[in-house]
This record gives sequence, structure tokens and C-alpha cells, in this order.
Amino acid sequence: METVLISVLNGLVYGMLLFMLASGLTLIFSMMGVLNFAHASIYMLGAYLAFTVSRFVGFFPALIIAPILCGLIGAAIEIWGLRRVHHNGHIAELLFTFGLVFIIQRLVQMTWGMLPMAYRVPASLDFPLFVLYGANFPAYRGFMLLVSAAMLLGTWLLLKKTRIGLIIQAALTHPQMVSSLGHNVPRVFTTVFAGGCLLAGLAGVIGGNYQTTEPGMADSMGPIVFVVVVFGGLGSLAGCFVASIIMGMIQTFAVVIDYSIADLLRPMGLMLTGDTLLTEVLTVPVARIGALLPFVMMVTILFFRPRGLMGTRDT
Amino acid sequence: MTSSIRRLCFAFVALSMLVAGRPAGAEDTIKIGYVDPFSGPFASGGDEFLKVFGYILQKVNADGGALGKKFELVPFDDKLQPAEALIALKNITDQNIPFVMQCTGSNVGAALVDGVSKHNARNPDNRVLYLNCGALATELTNEQCDFWQFRFTGNVEMRAVARIKALPMDVKKVYLLNQDYLFGQSIQHDTRKWLAKLRPDIEVVGDELMPFGKVQDFSSYVAKIKASGAQSVVTGNYNRDLNLLIKAAVDDGLNVRFDTYLAHLIGGPTAIGSAGEHRLTSITEFHPNVPVELKKPDAEAYSNGWRANHDTDFSEVPFLTMLQMLARAIDTAGSTDALKVALALEDMKATDLVGSPVQMRKVDHQLLMPYYAASFTKDVKYDAEKTGFGWKTDFIASTDDLTLPTVCKMKRPAS
Amino acid sequence: MKSRWLIPALIAVAIALPWCFYDWGHHRHAGFLLSMLSQMGMMVILALSYNMLLGQAGLFSLCHATFFGIGGYATVHLLNAVGAGDLPVPMELMPLLAGLSGLALAILFGAMATKQRATAFAMITLGISELMATAALMFHHFFGGEGGVTTNRMIENSLFGLTYASGLQVYYLILAWTVLATGLMYYLTLTPLGRMANATRDNFERAQFIGYDPRMVRFLQFALSGFFAGIGGGLYAITYEIVTFDALAAPLSANALLMAYIGGTTVFGGPILGAILITLLQSGVSLLSNSWLVYVGVMFIAMVIFAPTGLAGIIKAHGPIRHSGRLGSLVVPYLRLVIPSLGLLLGFVGIVELMSFLTIGAAQGRKLVLFGGPVDVHAALPWVISCGSLILGALWLRIEAAGFHRIWENLTAEVRR
Repeated sequence: METVLISVLNGLVYGMLLFMLASGLTLIFSMMGVLNFAHASIYMLGAYLAFTVSRFVGFFPALIIAPILCGLIGAAIEIWGLRRVHHNGHIAELLFTFGLVFIIQRLVQMTWGMLPMAYRVPASLDFPLFVLYGANFPAYRGFMLLVSAAMLLGTWLLLKKTRIGLIIQAALTHPQMVSSLGHNVPRVFTTVFAGGCLLAGLAGVIGGNYQTTEPGMADSMGPIVFVVVVFGGLGSLAGCFVASIIMGMIQTFAVVIDYSIADLLRPMGLMLTGDTLLTEVLTVPVARIGALLPFVMMVTILFFRPRGLMGTRDT
Repeated sequence: MTSSIRRLCFAFVALSMLVAGRPAGAEDTIKIGYVDPFSGPFASGGDEFLKVFGYILQKVNADGGALGKKFELVPFDDKLQPAEALIALKNITDQNIPFVMQCTGSNVGAALVDGVSKHNARNPDNRVLYLNCGALATELTNEQCDFWQFRFTGNVEMRAVARIKALPMDVKKVYLLNQDYLFGQSIQHDTRKWLAKLRPDIEVVGDELMPFGKVQDFSSYVAKIKASGAQSVVTGNYNRDLNLLIKAAVDDGLNVRFDTYLAHLIGGPTAIGSAGEHRLTSITEFHPNVPVELKKPDAEAYSNGWRANHDTDFSEVPFLTMLQMLARAIDTAGSTDALKVALALEDMKATDLVGSPVQMRKVDHQLLMPYYAASFTKDVKYDAEKTGFGWKTDFIASTDDLTLPTVCKMKRPAS
Repeated sequence: MKSRWLIPALIAVAIALPWCFYDWGHHRHAGFLLSMLSQMGMMVILALSYNMLLGQAGLFSLCHATFFGIGGYATVHLLNAVGAGDLPVPMELMPLLAGLSGLALAILFGAMATKQRATAFAMITLGISELMATAALMFHHFFGGEGGVTTNRMIENSLFGLTYASGLQVYYLILAWTVLATGLMYYLTLTPLGRMANATRDNFERAQFIGYDPRMVRFLQFALSGFFAGIGGGLYAITYEIVTFDALAAPLSANALLMAYIGGTTVFGGPILGAILITLLQSGVSLLSNSWLVYVGVMFIAMVIFAPTGLAGIIKAHGPIRHSGRLGSLVVPYLRLVIPSLGLLLGFVGIVELMSFLTIGAAQGRKLVLFGGPVDVHAALPWVISCGSLILGALWLRIEAAGFHRIWENLTAEVRR
């Protein structure tokens, strides 16, 4: 029981972090049709910028400044880069972001070096919030939940209550119609792209010290964020939210399960012996392949329902 | 069309010339081809080693080099990919460089053992020697051992013995957590094997493999470790997979020891920081406090010479030993011919920086050397990576302790 | 039409090239060059087979290396079986078997992936690629884990009595298979299947209306491209005599994409150019600079923005002008572009190298050598020169490019008339 409860909490924290990254990506993806490969790179930039900024002005100002910087970088990328590629089609746009990954990666290495940064949780948040079955729940994880909940609320208000939000919502499902109605779609694109990068930057700021800030962090986060977006479905923030939480839970729960297919077969009277490829495959416990489950789930759902969990149109 | 083709061919040839046609330098230095990752996600290791070799070569060359010539390193980027390493090997043999050295990754190491062996068999007039300074897989000096490979670093099994001998007697329950790939699996295997032999009183309460570099959140592992009631987590994890694990454990308030193999790797102390105090131990080849503990002022001065200009620590004593032994072997052989140098290296005895005896065993070409089990504490003279915490030796596994049997059946060249 | 001499000429160059770099001093071939040429050969096959998906069928796949890798692993195991005397297959037919293993796997995965198209297809292939790469690290029986599987290519079973001890024989084997595979892939574009693949790429609905099942077309195209990728993987195994999980990991899939796109997806031969260029960058430039990934990234982005049709697309655009015999009038405008471009390039390379040297290289105790001379990174002069040359080059190039564009437009208009 205690393991379950703790895993739920941890899954929630990780899921919310994923959502913060994925929400921006899903907005960009739904509206512009571009799978932004560089999204996780912006996440990494957010962490590095927060590390540098927080050395001068402290963590909490960095929490504001670093995401804004990321948003500006995003706007620059959209205006001077993506927009020029737009008329060459989606594959060109996708490839453009693909190239950005290489460049940002190396730029980060050139600016900050190759080693992990000593980016740590601020002292004011470095204490156990409460104790659950003898395990601490650190205050910083509570803070992460708080920030992501605030972000969720903020995005929701922005989308539901403001004019630009309404246009964005309309553009999510009917991009052609919105531009026919005379809205400045390129500007909406820039806003959304910058906003998405801002959210990625924010995720970087609070994820950078939750995990480690190093040049490999983009590579380790990138694929899973895609999975969340595609699994959740195109044009649906709600789907993205559900998918993030599911993926967060799966990753934390899979670790706890020590059973393999062979264990399932045993009650049926099948015993596996010997040392062949088949036995090797069948005796792998779920815990070992936990990190793979999201990909399995993604392939499965795309196979049966190409629009994703709650998507409004085919990807 | 012909003109554009002509242009294309011309460009192609010109580019190839740029790449292949670099002038062969005057033979006034002894060149060593150095293959390691210098770009991509694993570049930090190669980068650091290159700096360290720069520092070590200063000393070795100041001590006279070999045959009155100085050593020179020729780096090649293998991107941690075996195919790229084999291309680099071709480049090295093209330039008639008799030595190839590689310090990162058993996958590349296995490819080089095999590649060098085949190259030497097919090109007896242009042989090379493979100096292994960091491919740790035990097999490389056992089942896959080869005459042309000399390993100047302890293999996984030697480290496992040092690791288990260094465990305090009051540890009775351990949890094994390792990365799910060749290195992690061989650590898991050798740890279990030697636990049973050396410490039958210890119960293994958990034995797990985790996906390499893919886990984002370790709190579930921490919960499992806690539920198992382990006193110590013995792990071969390094870099990210170790840092995140320890972070999660500290956050969770889990009070266990982390008896690791590689926590001292570059970047580790920085990333772990105060989270590792009183709980983290590692198996090192050397750390800056070894000379202090053994009262060797010369070695301390040498280690300080590195600290003066770098934020990292000098812990690569085997690299120094390797180049010193190589220099001696070349002097003994009187040439840089791979076969003669190999024969001179076999069974060579030497002393390392702090004066411990080491020996290159003839049967498997594995350097027999000591290891220092150290814990991470504030109570030291020199801290690691300017973190305020440093390594303090708990236990020295001597060269004799680590002289383990081998199953190597080496095919020796006829001439 | 002189272009029918083009292919024999290219093959002749490829045959002769190793001899141009023969090391007379030691009486042996330049092994590095042979490796690089061999690498180019298999990359050409990989890129061309990738283009069967991206260029010809409009399918954006992220798991192409899977089939390349499986071909490699199959070949290694087959070679070991032949070496042990269990299997009488001559060396020359090995790549065919590798291709068949690629085909088998592509049929399996293709049945899953090709039900969808566009992004769903891309994401399914991403998932497949991740699954296969992780499986390769996890299951030792077939994949050998991180250390991979090694073999010995001297199996003494050859149709022509060759031993394949030297790199040269292997290179000629690769060349032969590259030519053969390229020919087959070209032939495929002329078949109804190739034509229908183009049709489903260009207009999905219409292709359906005229009675073809686009899914079947996609599936066949996917399976066949897996076959050719498998051949490439077989050649990889023969060359390196070791196959590790890198041969089916994501970076190689990304490389296939880069090569196909930079070379040009709209022309059949485009990916060949891309494969040659990227291999040169990867094996050649990475010897000179550790920042080669930046150059690849920037080149890639520049291509996406300015030349979405790739290198081959640029060459093809000259076609009409060449036919009218006006190519000569473009020489001067091109020359005028060269100087500012060189300035831009010089400035850019200078800044990247200076920057990366400052943070990474300086502490390695090396001296920075740029353009043939040592440079002091802490002096202001190199930075000023680099920045100046970058900015001036960029501004000048803008002006010249506008001028060139005008001339180009006029010329094409004239030619069309």
C-alpha cells in the first residue's frame, strides 16, 4: 500500500513535469502541424539559463526570467527560421527543428562546457514537506506540483477567457478557417511558438535541479515528450494532460512490478528452461522494460486509433 | 552535364586530399593514436582524458620520453561507435603509428581488440599495439583476450573484489542496482559471484537491472530499496543514472549506503554534492588524498600541479603508469616495433605514482594494480571538483588481493 | 545527350579512386580512404533506400536504421555459420541474404506502420526504432549486447576465389553491390509500383479513386526499402566484421534522413550526393574539428531554408539553361557570389572554432590552429576579424544574392522563351 501511494505521488510530479513540456509542444503541433524536435532542447536551455541567472539574482527571479528568455528565443526561431521554411511544407519544417537540435546541443556545450552543472534546489525549499509511511515527501516536489498546477490554470484561463486564447483554440481545430476570417495567423503562430517555448523553459527551470543539468538532458527527455503528445492526441490539451499523467504513472509503477511473461505462463503449466533467445525475451521482468512501455503504448494506440487518446483529428 | 560532373569529381578529389593527404610529420616523435569520443553526448570523458594526457605527457617527456624521442598524441574522434573507431584504426595504420590507445567504452574496446588482431594477422609488416586504458569488460582479458592488447586498468572483476572486500562487516543486506547493458550486467554478475565467495554472510535482498540512461524518476526504485530493508546499495551506475538515484534517495530520506563503482568519475562529485556525504563510497584507482594518507609528498605535489590549473581532480594514475611502462618497454626493445614492444611489456614490473608495485601479467596482458575504496566526506585535505567534499580511503585492495585467475588462452604470434 | 556516359564514368572513377592514393612508399593502399569509400558505398544504399520512402512515397520514417542493422546482425551470424562450416554460402551472396532479413523484418513492421501515414506513421516508426535499439542492448543471444557480435570475413568461400583479406577486395565487393542495388532501385521507380508510390505521395485520394490501395503501395514500398537497407547492413558487417547496436540505433536513422534530404529527395541520384557529402563530413571534418556537428546542423538548416530541393535539386535547376547553352553566362555571377560566401564561411568557422576552443579546447593544452596558422584565442584580433568577416560577408552576400537572383530569373525567362 505504501509503495502504491508513494508511487502515485511521484508519478504525479513527473507527469506534471511532462505535461508542462508537452502542453507547449501539443499547441505548436496542433496548430502548425510541426513536430518541434527542438522542444526538449529549449527545455535544456531553460535549465542552463536558470542556473546562470540564479547565480546572480537567486532562484525565484530566475523562475521568471529564464522562461521569458526561452520564449524570446522561441519567437526568434519562429520569425527568422520556421516562417521562412513554412512554404516548403511540413517535412521541411520538421527537418528545420531537427537541425536546431544539433546546433543548440553544441552551443550549450560550447557555452557551459560538457560537465553537469551544480544547479541545486534552493535552500528555502530544501526540506521534507511531510512524512508518509516513513518516507519524506520533499518540499521541492510540492513546489513543482504547485508551479505546474498554476501553469495549468494560467493556460486554461488564457485559452478560455481571452480573445487571443479563443483565436488559438479556433486555430487548433480549424486553422484554415481562422485565416480566412482575417486573423493574422503568422502572428498567432509566433505567439504560440513563443508561448510553447516559454513553457518548455519553465519546465527546464524546475526540472533542471529536480534532475541534473547536463548536455544530455535534451536527448533523454525528447522522445518521451513526443510520445505524450501523440498519445494524447492532436488538438487536445485535455488529452495531453491525461497522457502526461498516464505516462508519469506508468514509468513509476512499472519499476515496482517484478513479473515477466514467464511468470504469467507458469500457472498454465508452461515452464521455460534453457538459454535461448526466446527464454531470454520471456523472462525479462516488467521493471527492466519500464522505460519502453510508453513507446509500446504509443505504437499500440496509433495502430488502433491514429488520432490518439482524445484527439480531434487524425495526425 | 559533363562540366558539373567534372566539377563534382574535382571537389570530391580535393576534399579527399584534404582528409587523406595530410603530410606525414617528421619522425622525431613517437606517435600514439588516441581513439575516444570527442563529440556527441559522451564527449566530456574524452575531453577530460585528453587534458589529463597532456599533463601526463609533460612529465613523461620531461623524464626523457623513449629512445631520446618525445611522445605525441594523435587524437581521433570515435563518437563512441565501434565502426568509427575501426575507421580511425585504418587512419592510424596508414600513418604508420604503432600504438593505438582507447579509454572509453567496452563496445569500442571489443571492436578494437578484434580489429587490431585481424589487422596484425593480415598486415604483418605494419602491426599495431592496442593499449587499453578504459574498456573494463572482464571478457577482454579472459575469453576474448588477445596478444596485441594490453590492459592498463583494472577490469570489472578486479573492481568487484575490491568493492566487496571494502564493504564494512556490519553490512548484511545489500541491494544490487545496475544499468541494463554489457557493463552493468558484468558488474552484476561479478558482484554476485564474489559476494558468494568472500562474504557469504551478506544477503542479496534485491538484484535489479534498470534501462541505461532512460529512467527519469528514481523515486520508485528508492521505494523498492526501502521496502527491501537493504543497508547498502551496490551499484555500477555512473553519471546521470547514479546522480539521479542518490538525489532521489536523499529527497526520500532513505538512509542507506551507496557503495558504488564509479561515483568518482568526472562530474559525479559536482552533480551529487552534499547528497553523498556519509553514504557514498567508490572504488578509485587514485584520488588526491591517497598521497596524503600514504605520506608521499612527491605524488602529492604532482597531483597538486594538476589542481592548480583545473577544477577537476587528477585520478588517472594508471594512465601515467601506462605511458611510463610503454616508454621503458620501447627503450628495452630498442624500437617501436609492435611485437618487440609487446614482448618487452610482458611480465614487466613497475611502481606507480605512490610507489605501489604493479605488474603486467603475461598470460592475459592485464595490469595487476591496487584499488582504493574511498568514501565521500568533508574530513579530507583535498576536496573533489571544488565541492567541499573529498574522497577518503577506507580500504586499500592491494595488488596481491586483486591478482585473480584468468581463463585466457592467448594465441601468440610465431615471429 | 552526354549523360549516358555519366554512369559508366562515375563507376570508372569509383574503381580508380583507391589507386590514386596508393602509398608507393609502403606498397599498400590507403586504408583510411578505402574505409571511407566503403562507408560511402553502404551509406549510398542506405540513403537511396530511405529516399524510396521519403522522396518517392512521402513517408517520413524514423526507423530506417533498424533494417540496416538487422541486415548487419544477420550477416554476422551467417558469416560465423559459414566460417564454422555449417552453411555453404559464398561471400558475394551474403548481402542478398542480409537484404532478405531486412525484407522479413520490414514486412513485419510495415504491416504495423503502413496502416497509417504522415505523422502517425512517423511516430510509429519512432517507437519501433526505440524498441529495437533497447532490445539490442538487452538480449544477448542475437545482438551480443553493447559489445556486439564479431565475425571473420575470411570464410574461404568465394565465387571468384577471393580471400577478402584486404580492404580493396571488400571495397570492390561493396562497389558492385552498390551499383547493383542502385540499378534495381532505379528500375523500381519505373515500375507501376514506383509510379503509384509517387501518386499516393502527391494525392492520396486520387490514387484511391483510380483503384489502387494506397496502403498496399505504402506497404510494398516500405518492405522493399527494408530489403535494400538490409543489403547496406550486410556490407557494413562485411567491412567492419563487427556489428553493434549503433548499426540500428536512432542516430543512423537520423543520418539516413540527413543524407537523403541534403542530397535532394526529388531527384533519384540526390541521396547519392548527400551520402558522399555527409560521410566526408563525418569521417573527414571530424578529424579536423570536434565541432563538426554544428557545421552539419547549420548546413542542414541552410539547405532547408534556401534549397529545399537539395544539392541535386540545385543541379537540376540548371538543366534548362544548360540545354540552351547559356551556362557560360552564369560563370561571372557565380564567381561574384564566391567571395562574400567565403567571407561568411570564414567568419562563421572562425567564431565557432574560437568559441569552442575557449570553453573546451583551451584547457587541453593544445594550440588552436586555424587556416594554417596558430591563433591566440585571448587576443581581440581573431575575434574582430571573424565577426567582421561574418557580418560583412553576410551583408555583401545579400546584395550579391539579390543581383544573382535577378540574373537567374532573366536567364530562365529567356530560356523558356
